[in-house]
Amino acid sequence: MTPRVLALAACAAAALATTAPALSQPAGKLKVGLMLPATGTFAALGAAIENGFKLYVSEQGGKLGGREIEFFKVDDESDPAKATDNVNKLIKRDNVDVLVGTVHSGVAMAMAKAAKETGTLLIVPNAGADAVTGPMCAKNIFRTSFSNWQPGYAAGVVAAKKGYKRAMTITWNYAAGNETVKGFTESFEKGGGKVMKDLSLPFPNVEFQALLTEIAAQKPDVVFAFFAGGGAVKFVKDYDAAGLKKSIPLVGTGFLTDGTLEAQGASAQGVLTTLHYADNIETPRNNEFRLSYAKQFKQQPDVYAVQGYDAAQLLGAGLTAVKGDTTQKDPLYYAMGKAVLPSPRGKLAFSQAHNPVQDMYVREVKGNENLSTGVAVQALADPARGCKM
Amino acid sequence: MDFATFLIQCLNALQYGLLLFLVASGLTLIFGIMGVINLAHGSFYMVGAYMAYALAPVVASVFGGGFFAALLLGLVLAVLLGYVLEWAFFSFLYEREHLQQVLMTYGLILVFEEVRSLLLRDEVHGVAPPPLLAGTLPLGDVMTYPVYRLFVSGVCLLLALGMYGVFTRTRLGMMIRAGSTNREMVQSLGVDIQFLYRVVFAAGVAIAVLAGMVAAPVSSVYPGMGNTVLIVCFVVVVIGGIGSIRGALLASLLIGVVDTFGKVLLPQAAGVLVYVLMAMILLVKPNGLFKAG
Repeated sequence: MTPRVLALAACAAAALATTAPALSQPAGKLKVGLMLPATGTFAALGAAIENGFKLYVSEQGGKLGGREIEFFKVDDESDPAKATDNVNKLIKRDNVDVLVGTVHSGVAMAMAKAAKETGTLLIVPNAGADAVTGPMCAKNIFRTSFSNWQPGYAAGVVAAKKGYKRAMTITWNYAAGNETVKGFTESFEKGGGKVMKDLSLPFPNVEFQALLTEIAAQKPDVVFAFFAGGGAVKFVKDYDAAGLKKSIPLVGTGFLTDGTLEAQGASAQGVLTTLHYADNIETPRNNEFRLSYAKQFKQQPDVYAVQGYDAAQLLGAGLTAVKGDTTQKDPLYYAMGKAVLPSPRGKLAFSQAHNPVQDMYVREVKGNENLSTGVAVQALADPARGCKM
Repeated sequence: MDFATFLIQCLNALQYGLLLFLVASGLTLIFGIMGVINLAHGSFYMVGAYMAYALAPVVASVFGGGFFAALLLGLVLAVLLGYVLEWAFFSFLYEREHLQQVLMTYGLILVFEEVRSLLLRDEVHGVAPPPLLAGTLPLGDVMTYPVYRLFVSGVCLLLALGMYGVFTRTRLGMMIRAGSTNREMVQSLGVDIQFLYRVVFAAGVAIAVLAGMVAAPVSSVYPGMGNTVLIVCFVVVVIGGIGSIRGALLASLLIGVVDTFGKVLLPQAAGVLVYVLMAMILLVKPNGLFKAG
């Protein structure tokens, strides 16, 4: 082989080397469809998730896996009746590469169904419906928050460890409440306790007095409650006003006291809850995140902001592995499923069904903060019942 | 359920029923007597609750008064709000179809929610009861009963008596009742029916706002709270018989009993029991328990 031919070959190789990535790297921006509530009861949660997501993207210089991000937004109004139309706007009209959403479980189920049918990548940054990573699970559906079962299970472990034997549960009679209570019952009874009675009332009814009287009559060792938002405020205050807090400790999942402490005031002091995040996780990663979030949005981040942030991290991890090429679906999903993210909440990995495997913290209300007093269950994974993948 | 628990549950039922009446009685006036389908009634309730939350600090710093001063100021503002709303919107609706009333009052719900969101954001708030009524009474060996809940019941009873008195014993009440039966005839008899309706509407709004303010310490204050009470308010008015204050009171108490005992004894069906009650009553008495007129 003459030197001239060698030189030519080298040139060709060099040219290939430079053109190859250009070929596999699709031109244009990556379209991310944010389907979150911008109005209604969950508006504040939607805003926090979006802030968290955008914070991570801006920390990466506006790019994930080398691709610039373009956002498309739809307000889902937390209305399951409009969910299918809304998700189709993003998939069919805007042709998004990735769907991110949402808060309300009913809406998220419609999104999961659409994602499954069209093969669009979906990252759920809050909705806890067990089915999303259970019977509805798919290789293109991921969740960066929790399944309802997880915080409930952790609360059962905490209650059993405290030596309580007889528990009563109380919740709204709807999917999130019932799934959470199931998680609690499973671990509490495994730990040697017994759930005497499950109390429930229709969602979103907040007249608790009759059920509080029932609790007072049965005198359990502990009460496990699942409520959120306005209902959580009222329940915790009513529980205290009825004098029950003095004699029967109250345990709940984090939603009972998250974002509601200012309104609950003294009534919430000392209430134990379990969640995958707490306000005082003293790690450099969390401190850095909280500082950066506070600087950019002029408010303190909450668990929803963390979940949004991690949704962007997860997408970033997948895109980096395939160098931004979303047409390489299987390698992309594989990389996302195997990702171990440095989340503000701690190390975040994913189960076979793409649900977070994460530490569940025990938190105690002190002042206006949910302060972690330790880890209830380490690396808790959802059993993903019904998932065939 | 032992006897003591049963008695406490009866107290809960009574107290919830009276609270319902407090919220629904304003709707009895506007929907029952004036015949306007007012979906925005729940919004007035929400406005009241947010007033209790937002006015209290203002009142405290300007007049130095507490909860009751805020209540008084809220009532004055509510009467003004009702008067202006009637003049600006509702006065055009009496002759229109029900569908148009529904559309406009639904629009008002959206406006009120959005204004609330802009002015006071979307967080949940708690309102402390006045210190005078913050105590609790022991009830059984474990439970206590907040004094403030008894105060709320007292306000409801006073309001029920007052409304009943005005309607059946005064000239004003007579004119209102006559106006609800035949608007034109009353007008031709020389009564300024327009002004009269404006006053009744303002009173209806004021009662809803009062209900919201009084209920705020027990219900807490949150976005969309008005919509949850709206439906049950309509149920109260329909069961009680349109335009009947007596009926509304009785209906509220019935719903209180059904809801309270339903939650304890039949938790899986608690969501529908109130509507089953309504259906049963309407089967026997298609016009409700006491139809006025």
